[in-house]
Amino acid sequence: MTGIFDIATIWAFIIAFAVFVYVVMDGFDLGLGILFPLFPNKRDRDVIMNSVAPVWDGNETWLVLGGGGLMAAFPLAYAVLMPALYTPMIAMLIGLIFRGVAFEFRWRTTQSERNRWDIAFAGGSLLATLAQGIALGAILQGVHVEARHYAGGWWDWLTPFSILTGLALVVGYALLGATWLVLKTEGELRDKAYHLSGWLLFAMLGAISAVSIATPFLHIQYAQRWFTWPNIIFTAPVPIAVASVTVLLLRSLANKQDQQPFFLSLALFALSYAGLGISMWPYIVPQSITIWQAASPRNSQLFMLFGVAVLIPLILGYTAWAYWVFRGKVRPESGYH
Amino acid sequence: MFEGWDAVALARAQFAFTMSFHIVFPAFSIGLASYLAVLEALWLWTGREVFINLFNYWLKIFAVAFGMGVVSGIVMSYQFGTNWAAYADKTGPVIGPLMAYEVLTAFFLEAGFLGVMLFGLQRVGPRLHFIATLMVATGTLISAFWILSANSWMQTPSGYAVNADGQFVAADWLKVIFNPSFPYRLVHMVLAAYLTTALVVGAVGAFHLLRDSHLPGPRVMFSMAMWMATLVAPIQILAGDQHGLNTLEHQPAKVMAMEGHYQSHPDGAPLVLFGLPDQSAGKVDYSIEVPKLSSLILKHSLDAPLAGLDTVPRENWPPVPITFWSFRIMVGLGFLILGLGLFSLWTRWRGRLYQSRVLHSFALAMGPAGFIAVLAGWITTETGRQPFTVYGLLRTTESASPLSAPAVASSLLAFIIVYFIVYAAGLTYLFRLMALPPHPGEEGPSGDMPVHAAGITPAAGAAALRAAR
Repeated sequence: MTGIFDIATIWAFIIAFAVFVYVVMDGFDLGLGILFPLFPNKRDRDVIMNSVAPVWDGNETWLVLGGGGLMAAFPLAYAVLMPALYTPMIAMLIGLIFRGVAFEFRWRTTQSERNRWDIAFAGGSLLATLAQGIALGAILQGVHVEARHYAGGWWDWLTPFSILTGLALVVGYALLGATWLVLKTEGELRDKAYHLSGWLLFAMLGAISAVSIATPFLHIQYAQRWFTWPNIIFTAPVPIAVASVTVLLLRSLANKQDQQPFFLSLALFALSYAGLGISMWPYIVPQSITIWQAASPRNSQLFMLFGVAVLIPLILGYTAWAYWVFRGKVRPESGYH
Repeated sequence: MFEGWDAVALARAQFAFTMSFHIVFPAFSIGLASYLAVLEALWLWTGREVFINLFNYWLKIFAVAFGMGVVSGIVMSYQFGTNWAAYADKTGPVIGPLMAYEVLTAFFLEAGFLGVMLFGLQRVGPRLHFIATLMVATGTLISAFWILSANSWMQTPSGYAVNADGQFVAADWLKVIFNPSFPYRLVHMVLAAYLTTALVVGAVGAFHLLRDSHLPGPRVMFSMAMWMATLVAPIQILAGDQHGLNTLEHQPAKVMAMEGHYQSHPDGAPLVLFGLPDQSAGKVDYSIEVPKLSSLILKHSLDAPLAGLDTVPRENWPPVPITFWSFRIMVGLGFLILGLGLFSLWTRWRGRLYQSRVLHSFALAMGPAGFIAVLAGWITTETGRQPFTVYGLLRTTESASPLSAPAVASSLLAFIIVYFIVYAAGLTYLFRLMALPPHPGEEGPSGDMPVHAAGITPAAGAAALRAAR
């Protein structure tokens, strides 16, 4: 093991960053799909779709960066995890196909066909989210590795714990989707989103608690990481911060401050994600492969680091510009399809 | 179920299936993005309404095709890991960074500006909107650059070393990126994308001209498409020939398979026009040959000797029948496209470009020719590379994931069902859009989108254009 800020560590943070940006950006638009069945009215559905139509493509590109970046920077981890997560990965891809094409297809059809693509959008979003959450749980519980290969079975990923993380992510994305609607809509639609946000926040807290309680029982290392001295100095602030953000979020929902709930929900995600990082570090495949064992040769990581250093700020810049262009509330009267 | 099947063969079938469905969309969107940029530039330059109408007409088609390309592409980027984990582990340090650069320089650029291109004309004005269109078009070309570099490295690996873990690592990145077959493949593919798009645009124009030869929109698009076919088809044939010579130098067994040369020909090899390759017997049955022509094309000399597959160990033979036939389909279509271009030139010279029903019917029939040629070309080059994933260095059988056949078969079945549903619907919607002619006041996809004004009306477009000047 080398120093803390060697290039493999930097890359671990870059991949973690890409996955996090993916989770928060595609999270809210997958969340909209999960909430879709609760908004049967066509006008509401058009507004919901319009609120993300200009940006969903960019959101999903972060997933491609996560996958491509993992293969480039940590090829061993990619080669072990993908076969281990075979079924959830395929399910996620199929879910993303259905919901992705629905964005375009539902505008190009008759009423009865549109209903079918609405179902594809909702079902695809739910399937992709469940699969991502299950994959997360399967990674946390660890996979069986022998000689640079995945050596487990086809169904190893399926456990009560991975089902729990799958459901937890569904709740979390739904919360992001609901608070996004609070931010982007008006009138009855927004009122309904406020109502949903409250319920989803409590469900999210339940999910965070359940996963946090279950995780230390997976491996003794997780428990030691969180609860032994002196680690506890660094880990204790995480739950305290979660409690504080929750209070702020509840207050912003009660006071009907449209801007705040979405960003506070993102903060809740960021904290959960940080907790995840604390549990996993320094493993990329928990308890079997560390980031240094999985790392690409130095010159591969260095070659990409130049690109990342220049391009990621640029990408964040023009992505922010695209969001800025489509800022503000989406008005139903502008849609007349 | 599927217990006795071969997991590697299933994984190959899955890759071939998902890749074939995917490749037609990038091929179309590379060409269409550039065409849209040209149309918008012509609109900004001349202010003629027909160009913005055509722009909005093709923009709706682009939106549907691009969406299908994106979702089928995400499948590709994860398939290296799910089905080809050993390959991913061994080549990740070389191929991975090329693909990461594709994401960073191309995918984000396309996705980032796509929203503004599709829905943002009213919000940002024509100048900024044109920049967004240019960024999307540039993104598609940059994407072609990186992915073809990665593919070419697998065909003609260079600038690499092998480390203690058996992984390929880069010794010289410039040699990895600009490997020997890359420039040829890049030119050949980008021209193919332009031709494919021109044939689709030409067929749609021809379809509407056959009904009414006075429509201004179909006239403009048909004329532009036929210029493209006329000018680019000969260049493409030349580029293909150069690509073939490059392949002869670096992957001779692939050329042997394309030519159907099981035997060596010490004094001038014949060009096998048609025949039935018999892989197990190692000969071509019922062949129709032109003596010594193959040597003339490949070596520029009638009597030049050409080695056959009998000089290659049997376990390294590519599957000749597929390579042989897909190559002939590609070349045949290439010459048909050349014929269409020349025919259109002749009718244009006679002043009957918009009246010739024979030409319009020919152009309509050639609408899908570009897609078929692109698929045939990729099948030629990819099966011709077998039995290796990294040519001469890593066998396909050593590249697969440690998966059992039922797992791969189930996912293959799932993809087949999903793709048939999604692609059947997508094609229906594309045909629906193409079946209507572009009309005055054509609206962009923003008709249903969050814009302040109601869509892009010609009046609003003209006002925006005036304001920008």
